[in-house]
Amino acid sequence: MDYATLLQILDSTLRLATPLLLACLAGLYSERAGIFDIGLEGKMLMAAMASGSVAYLTGSVWLGLLAGVAASLVLSGIHGIAAITFRGNQLISGVALNFLASGITVLVAQRLFGQGGRTPPLEGLARFQPVTLPFAESLQGVPLIGPLYYEVISGHPVLVYVALLLVPLSWWVLYRTRFGLRLRAVGENPAAVDTAGVSVTQLRFAAVAITGVLCGLAGAYMATALQAGFGREMTAGRGYIALAALIFAKWRPVAALWACLLFGFFQALALRPDVVEAVVQFKVPVPVLDALPYILTVIVLAGLIGKAIPPRAGGEPYVKER
Amino acid sequence: MDKLPRWADVALVPLISLILAAAVSAMVLLAIGQSPVEAFNVMVEGALGSAYGWGYTLYYTTSFIFTGLAVTVAFHAGLFNIGGEGQAQLGGLGVALVCLALPWPHWTVALIAAACGGALFGAAWAAIPAYLQARRGSHIVITTIMFNYIAAAFLVYMLVDVLRPAGQMDPATARFPAGTNLPTFSDMPILQNLYAILNEDGTQKLSKAGVAMYKVVPANVTLFVALGAAFLVWLLLWRTRLGYQIRAFGKSESAARYAGINPTCIIMIAMLISGGLAGLMAINSVMGDSERLVQNSAEGAGFIGIAVALMGRNHPLGVVLAAVLFGFLYQGGAALGMMTSIPIELRIVVQGLVILFTGALDQMVRMMLTWLFRLRSAKPARAV
Amino acid sequence: MTDALQGGRQATAAPFAIELRGISKAFGPVLANRDIHIAVPKGTIHGIIGENGAGKSTLMSILYGFYKADAGEILINGSPINITDSQTAIKAGIGMVFQHFKLVQNFSVLENVVLGVEDGPLLNTSLAKARRILGDLSREYELDVDPDALVEDLSVGHQQRVEILKALYRQADILILDEPTGVLTPAEADHLFRILKGLRDQGKTIILITHKLREIMETTDSVSVMRRGTMVGTVKTAETNPEALAELMVGRKVLLEVEKKPATPGKVVLSIQNLTMRDEHGVDRLKGISFNIRAGEILGIAGVAGNGQSELLAALGGIQRAKGTVTMNGVTLPLSGAGADGQSRRAAGIAHVPEDRQSLGLIMDFSAWENVAFGYHNDPDYQKNWFLMDNDALRADARAKIERFDVRPADCWLPAKSFSGGNQQKIVVAREIERNPDLLLIGQPTRGVDIGAIEFIHKQIVALRDAGKAILLVSVELDEIMSLSDRILVMFDGRVMGERDPDATNERELGMLMAGMGA
Repeated sequence: MDYATLLQILDSTLRLATPLLLACLAGLYSERAGIFDIGLEGKMLMAAMASGSVAYLTGSVWLGLLAGVAASLVLSGIHGIAAITFRGNQLISGVALNFLASGITVLVAQRLFGQGGRTPPLEGLARFQPVTLPFAESLQGVPLIGPLYYEVISGHPVLVYVALLLVPLSWWVLYRTRFGLRLRAVGENPAAVDTAGVSVTQLRFAAVAITGVLCGLAGAYMATALQAGFGREMTAGRGYIALAALIFAKWRPVAALWACLLFGFFQALALRPDVVEAVVQFKVPVPVLDALPYILTVIVLAGLIGKAIPPRAGGEPYVKER
Repeated sequence: MDKLPRWADVALVPLISLILAAAVSAMVLLAIGQSPVEAFNVMVEGALGSAYGWGYTLYYTTSFIFTGLAVTVAFHAGLFNIGGEGQAQLGGLGVALVCLALPWPHWTVALIAAACGGALFGAAWAAIPAYLQARRGSHIVITTIMFNYIAAAFLVYMLVDVLRPAGQMDPATARFPAGTNLPTFSDMPILQNLYAILNEDGTQKLSKAGVAMYKVVPANVTLFVALGAAFLVWLLLWRTRLGYQIRAFGKSESAARYAGINPTCIIMIAMLISGGLAGLMAINSVMGDSERLVQNSAEGAGFIGIAVALMGRNHPLGVVLAAVLFGFLYQGGAALGMMTSIPIELRIVVQGLVILFTGALDQMVRMMLTWLFRLRSAKPARAV
Repeated sequence: MTDALQGGRQATAAPFAIELRGISKAFGPVLANRDIHIAVPKGTIHGIIGENGAGKSTLMSILYGFYKADAGEILINGSPINITDSQTAIKAGIGMVFQHFKLVQNFSVLENVVLGVEDGPLLNTSLAKARRILGDLSREYELDVDPDALVEDLSVGHQQRVEILKALYRQADILILDEPTGVLTPAEADHLFRILKGLRDQGKTIILITHKLREIMETTDSVSVMRRGTMVGTVKTAETNPEALAELMVGRKVLLEVEKKPATPGKVVLSIQNLTMRDEHGVDRLKGISFNIRAGEILGIAGVAGNGQSELLAALGGIQRAKGTVTMNGVTLPLSGAGADGQSRRAAGIAHVPEDRQSLGLIMDFSAWENVAFGYHNDPDYQKNWFLMDNDALRADARAKIERFDVRPADCWLPAKSFSGGNQQKIVVAREIERNPDLLLIGQPTRGVDIGAIEFIHKQIVALRDAGKAILLVSVELDEIMSLSDRILVMFDGRVMGERDPDATNERELGMLMAGMGA
């Protein structure tokens, strides 16, 4: 494999890892606060549909983004009410919302555009355009680093950089702010938060809302940046891969970045089986590459590569003692 | 919170959940500019209005009974098996391997062997998550989700690279030998009269060879296997020691330990049965209908099992009734897709709503009911 | 000695740090607190002592805003205050050290301390400030803990210090400790008391809730005794003695008369040697228990809850792993691994009425007839063939037992949760006693059971003894132990404190042993 091919693969790795990363960070906030969310997939899908549709109708990708976030927030709100207010089963709620999103997106897109549940292709300002980073072109001639900077790092839609910046930001929020401290505490031992005089309910709703916003970004990226428009089931299980990445990263932001890049890399490889075959000298079936993230996650869950310990209060509705 | 009468909890909670789901769906339809009433009429007509519609409705019902029972058995052991879809796909593989293995002399023999194959493969696919839950404490919900995706990838590999006959384009196995073809409703004596194709004068149309012609529907003999399975599951859960232990473990792990019930054992057995039931659905779809293994053979039925089990209150009788309801929803939804401009995906919306209201917002539904009951009991008091 | 010192009614010039006036709290028909008056002067340590269920914890929950009292008022430094939630309690200067710590396990000590009282949206300044203040507090009160250590790596004693530091960091003037030494080693407990005295000398007011007389005598300035929801007396510690307190605490209850003939003990049925158990937190729950039980005798285990009795029953019943040697009718019982489970124990002739019928003894959603088979579901009499259970036989058996034990309502289809506590217990007792076991383990046989049922259950236990069976009775009710037992062992802190003959001892002596004071 030559350097140019490697750069190509790394470039698509970054493109493909971005929605995973946004969704993974989304899940991180919710699960760190003790609310399991297997509905990342549904929220992404909903946001993809809303942002694609609004971006097409208004011609503004930014309004599309806003709509995507709003749509995702609606689903988070339902999840919050079910999981926090009514102390319902968080897993079942997540499953339900995934189905809801899967159906409603097609219904609405079909009603709006009549193209079999797709939006028409987005063009121009209705879509995020690649951003060329400073000096990318002038440095292109520098050996090794120049092409790397130009091909891989520069030239992505702005949401890619937002996602990357969200990693240190999330780390900072989680470990360096009051909100983060309380958020982590409520996922570990809500009774400690409650006896400290802080509202468990408010904290958890705040966390679920952040999850909604980030899933909104992830979905909007799918429809308005990665692809030019919404298509049915376009998230194709990315919400679950993000969930896998979250477990793989043991609920930590920086590790989440590496996990998502790794899983993005697998996805990029799955697009280029020819390259894989050239490197490993035998034919690797594409499905093996597709399944790798899931297999890795099961191995992590089985405790074979370090133990993945979820937040201790995860999945349990908080009921005041005594 | 006041307690609800038992009959209300058993019957009213799912009913109200269904009404809520229907109401929200109606609002969705209104929002996309469609008439809910018309949509409902089309669904009833398409799914229940003719023997032909029933032939499809009951085909879907058959699959849903299996997957609903699969979720039910796991639920009774306190486990949420979300992996029915993957287990059903593996079941499909098992059925296909059995069907292709021998030139089966008669469908009855083939059915028994294929059922064993499907159940075995489905159970095997559930065994790993079960073991990880029992011994390593890995959350079964996450592992079964992962196994759904691994199953999908595995099947793509098997169909593309291993089982696809030379020269065939689409990723699927070869057609099963004729000896494995299960009798559909249009093949069964008496029942087939409902599907007779008539000439304009009312006489039965005959083929050129002089054989009577019938409309082909996918509902097949597997329906009776499914009903048998429902009965067996009921027997297992409420009439056997094993079922007793499964239910006790699911209700209270600490009490089960007091009674000397082995947790690992129960988790494994319950999940093997659950996976086996999910795998059995393949005899309906793979052997009974498509007669070869194609990609995504479970077609989401594994997931619908969740809705069916929740709606059916985790009782085999409830599961059968809920499976009919969802069979209606699926065939009716298909009719909508053909007869109206409402997309077929409406049925997924309803499915999601049913799961939401019966599984996650059940407390809300109960609170509403309790409130209604209090209103009712308050009125006579005021009159006195 | 009762009313003269009821502090709240004394007229004093300086307001009390904390004063409760006429606090009452009912849960349904149960009065957990009835007209409680306490007044604690500033800068003193005040003890509250009482048996299990005397209402101590309810009172403290009211003080910390978990419950709202039905009546009465709370005054802090002389001014009335309405404590609606934990936040108000904290603001009023009340700090609480719960029996079960409210710490975030994977947080550092510093993070746990600042949680909820951060100084701003950013942690840096809060943590720096906390580090400084924690340093001062440690020096001042011997409260050394590494501020950067993770709580999960700390010993239980250090975790408790973190709880105290949390309260002090919130500038608590009144510190309430609920059974603080339950999980501590004696050395750790001594250290704690030094800390508490230091705090008192700095002007803090401390309320110490405990059932251990020694702690009360050693540390407190005054003590209130609670019994069955009421405050039966408040005295200056210097003016009382353990015997008087034990008597107040236990009360002169009318002994429930149980008609029984003198025991005629036979051969040894169960022999226990050096039984030990360590829980998952590494705390030793049983520290070398040895005793024998003979056929035809009731061996009563007295003790305040949480001193290892539950673990003893769990080890013998095959529910929890333990170490040591236990032989039943001469055969060694495995205490861990294969054979250490409820089924094997039942096969060995051991029946078990667990202390907690709701989470162990019954499946609350199962019908009465299903519960009557619970644990014995493998009995051949209950099977129709290799596959099916004989539910008719089960129901017939259940009906017979329900009738013999007068379970009401006599409806074997009702789920267990629909029965009253007494009738639930009768179902469990019927199930276990009717098996005619060689050894019956029975824990808290009459907890939450009405008088009529108590008498009935006691009679059944005695009848089983008279049939020549061995009975191990664990109860926190002293009068129950005294009236039923043929021999009494007192457990304290995972050990047997001593053996007494029920006819030659009294509540006072047992109370002292239960409180860890060798008489």
